[in-house]
Amino acid sequence: MTPALRETVTTALTLLVFAVIGSALLSGTFRLTRPYIAASEQAEKLARISETLPPGSYDNDLVRDTRPLPADPLLGLRHPGHYYPAYKNGVPVAVVLEAAAPDGYAGEIRLLVGIMADGRIAGVRVSAHKETPGLGDYIDAAKSRWIRVFDGRSLDDPPEALWKVRKDGGRFDYMAGATITPRAVVKAVHKSLKYFAAHRATLLSPPRPERPRRDPVPAPRGSHTPSPPPDLPSPAGDRKP
Amino acid sequence: MISAETREIVYNGLWKQNPGIVQLLGLCPLLAISNTVVNSLSLGLATTLVMAVASGSVSLVRNFIPHEIRLPTFVLIIAALVTVVQLFMNAYVHPLYLVLGIFIPLITTNCIVLARVETFASKRSTAHSVLDAVMMGLGLTGVLVILGAMRELTGKGTLFSGLDLALGPAAKDWVIDVLPDYQGFLLAILPPGAFLGLGLLIALKNWLETMRSPKPAPAMAAVPG
Repeated sequence: MTPALRETVTTALTLLVFAVIGSALLSGTFRLTRPYIAASEQAEKLARISETLPPGSYDNDLVRDTRPLPADPLLGLRHPGHYYPAYKNGVPVAVVLEAAAPDGYAGEIRLLVGIMADGRIAGVRVSAHKETPGLGDYIDAAKSRWIRVFDGRSLDDPPEALWKVRKDGGRFDYMAGATITPRAVVKAVHKSLKYFAAHRATLLSPPRPERPRRDPVPAPRGSHTPSPPPDLPSPAGDRKP
Repeated sequence: MISAETREIVYNGLWKQNPGIVQLLGLCPLLAISNTVVNSLSLGLATTLVMAVASGSVSLVRNFIPHEIRLPTFVLIIAALVTVVQLFMNAYVHPLYLVLGIFIPLITTNCIVLARVETFASKRSTAHSVLDAVMMGLGLTGVLVILGAMRELTGKGTLFSGLDLALGPAAKDWVIDVLPDYQGFLLAILPPGAFLGLGLLIALKNWLETMRSPKPAPAMAAVPG
């Protein structure tokens, strides 16, 4: 082996050793922190969703009972999303829809819209936005109470023609300097109420039992084929397993 | 007794060669994240931690690294350490992790980390290397915190807002509303506020130096990085 070759091999091996040590360090840390990271992500998601519903109004695990939501134009979603049904003693009481306002001042504004079974809004929260800090970001509940203007509203309250910001002759206040942002949010919330009205029965279907148990007559095990949630609410006797 | 060398290292890191206002290294996080005290302090301390461990480990293995591949090796070590810090922050201070976001992995590309490893830790004893890294890191953190305080105060009228992200909801009461009902000054929060604030700090430092020495101040040996 020539000295030059030996030097090359030594250099390459040194780099390899450092790469191996580095990878071992990373994979060790990753394994160590993974459960904590998963738990905090889950907790954060749950906290955001549950903020849109009155505390104590439901008793299920919102994240565990997540169901898919199609990319419906009324919701403004570009990709299929999720909704989070809320149950109390196995009876659907509310639902939290993922929605989006595609026409914010700086791109899409992602929303979580909590709607009670009677069609009134329990709460709206912005889950992601890129609006100008200090101007349009008052839609964020951490910055201002503005987003609570929707609490208790429904499709008839205010009537259709007044589901706009005040500047456009509607019922909703906005802050001077940023009109495009609240206009987009008001429109998106209004449209998600329309989506709720159109799909109320599906969204408020009773909890899906862990073992299929949708028929009053127990079906033999194994004969069940997965089917979409029923279009009509099942009898109230359908309890949570 | 503290040796003259130790004193020199401390003085260099905190004042004479301060990375934030003299070497002007590490401007990326300095300008982007210094809009509140809490953000500045967290990123500053994370950078300091990475610098200390990186300088210490490079100094330990400095005699095993062939000269030709020292830079890739240093970058490898720094990148691995930053990822470890990132994972730990994600696990234990998740809300803060969400705020600092992309700036944590960017510590890897912060010139000041590589600069100290290359110019100091690869040549000096481990103890001195760690001390140098900590002092440089604290010097940077100090500038970040002062800049963060200036921007937060003029921009929002508060101090320590967002402390609850790092220490839990209990810390929400520690936020100081210095100017209640302050309308806010957007420019200070946005990036231009960082440039203006940093300019003022550099001017202040140079002015203090001029005041201290009667002879004309030497030209600043600063290289933007």
